[in-house]
Amino acid sequence: MNSMIINLFYLVAALLFVVGIKGLTRPKTAVRGNRLAALGMLVAIVVTLLDQQVIHYQIVVAGLALGTLIGALMAAKIQMTAMPQMVAILNGLGGGASLGVAAASYFTFVASESTVSGDVLLIANCAVMLAVLIGTVTFSGSAVAFGKLQEILSGQAFGFSGMKFINLGLLLASLAAVFLLVTGQAGIGGFVLLVALALILGVTLVMPIGGADMPVVIALLNSYSGIAAAAAGFIMGNTVLIISGALVGASGIILTQIMCVAMNRSLLNVLFGKMAVADGNSIDADEVYKGKVTSASPDDVSLMLEDAERVVIVPGFGLAMAQAQHAVRELADTLVSRGVTVEFAIHPVAGRMPGHMNVLLAEAEVDYDAMKTMEQSNPNFCKTDVVIVIGANDVTNPMAREDKGSPIYGMPILNVDQAKSVVIVKRSLSPGFAGLPNPLFAMDNAVMMFGDGKQAIMDLTAALHETA
Amino acid sequence: MDAFIILLSLFALAVFLGVELITKVPPTLHTPLMSGSNAISGITIVGAILATGSGEAPGVLVQLLGFIAIVFATINVVGGFMVTNRMLKMFKRRG
Repeated sequence: MNSMIINLFYLVAALLFVVGIKGLTRPKTAVRGNRLAALGMLVAIVVTLLDQQVIHYQIVVAGLALGTLIGALMAAKIQMTAMPQMVAILNGLGGGASLGVAAASYFTFVASESTVSGDVLLIANCAVMLAVLIGTVTFSGSAVAFGKLQEILSGQAFGFSGMKFINLGLLLASLAAVFLLVTGQAGIGGFVLLVALALILGVTLVMPIGGADMPVVIALLNSYSGIAAAAAGFIMGNTVLIISGALVGASGIILTQIMCVAMNRSLLNVLFGKMAVADGNSIDADEVYKGKVTSASPDDVSLMLEDAERVVIVPGFGLAMAQAQHAVRELADTLVSRGVTVEFAIHPVAGRMPGHMNVLLAEAEVDYDAMKTMEQSNPNFCKTDVVIVIGANDVTNPMAREDKGSPIYGMPILNVDQAKSVVIVKRSLSPGFAGLPNPLFAMDNAVMMFGDGKQAIMDLTAALHETA
Repeated sequence: MDAFIILLSLFALAVFLGVELITKVPPTLHTPLMSGSNAISGITIVGAILATGSGEAPGVLVQLLGFIAIVFATINVVGGFMVTNRMLKMFKRRG
């Protein structure tokens, strides 16, 4: 096929990606959108295979077969609670693929003793080095993110105060290596050094970021993997790579931004700073809770739910940890069958990646119309009879709204305390990720239902059936 | 240089298009959006095929790097689209 026809097919593929992403804007059209994007990918791959330039088929086909096998197995086996790990792996492989393409191009250039020269060579060289740098950082950064999510590595922020200077130093050294390679002052040794520097940079960038900030990291690495693909596109002047890479890069950046806003922190603060450590006048947990916490049994709570007309369930990641999604859905079903309006109020950082909680609830067959965002839920808490908080803590802490000295002040929260009564299902009064006591637990309209999330919810549902 | 400017324009426009599209995706679908866009970033597979399969006599190193890139990108594409499909099917309304 001549290159014009090939490029027209690449355009078709790119358009299918755009239409596919547009389909993802509504749950109804999302399945079709995803399939259209997959079709676009198929078009791009088939056209590339028919390209006359491609002459060594054995390796290509072997690679495609192996990758398909591994990818299909992963997609079929992965647990929904482990989706963040899956996305971390996919991000890393995307970065690794861009690194592979860039490195292969570099060694081809070196071997061919540069048949091209001047501007074209300069631009291609810049693109190669950028793809290597971004692809490698994505690769090793994602590996660390995976390790943290899978709890192979400690989820705690790990690092020391000088860490950001080391990162800055590594970045500057990498950029210097890029400059020397592009201007032809460094050879293969410099190239290997650049890869090594970028590998370390990926690790040191993600290592200091704690568990609560993982949604931001995943979204950011998602963006990097797109930008790396676009950079690989600039190497060979391939339009479909550039367009798709740009789309994915934009997607990751927007999700990163949404996550940062939801935590009231800037991206720089997430990447380089810890959360403001509570200073001298830190709040003593005993002082907040002493004598003010009311405990309730499942029977007590079922009595509270007796006359409720509107119930809102606030799920947090603790719910997924306890595998309580199905138990919660049964509770909701029981309430709905009694004519109660039940909604789920989902904070943007409720799960471990953007939208994670929604997927976990959808897996338990919760209707997506019942899942409400923070903006949709907050005006309605004052009209709500009972709020049930399960496995969520910091995102309901009224200190974020009221206490100017609090480290989480300004973070948007779910205003559950405005409801007539609040039931908090929790093992103990232990603090959440932010390490702060939650005055909500001590409020007059709040009761604690202590216990394992799943068992407590099942007991509550059973108690409701008994009184029925 | 002209070709580069055209490609750069394409990149800039695609970023803006991406921003416009993605901001309309509801939070409920953010996880499938990430895995789906991840699959799309597996478009590097095209670059990987070209880098591996073309050229007169690519060295062993180039072929090895290309092979790894193809495997990685294929996992990205196949795994990404399939897991997204699996998730999205769960979002169907209950009857």
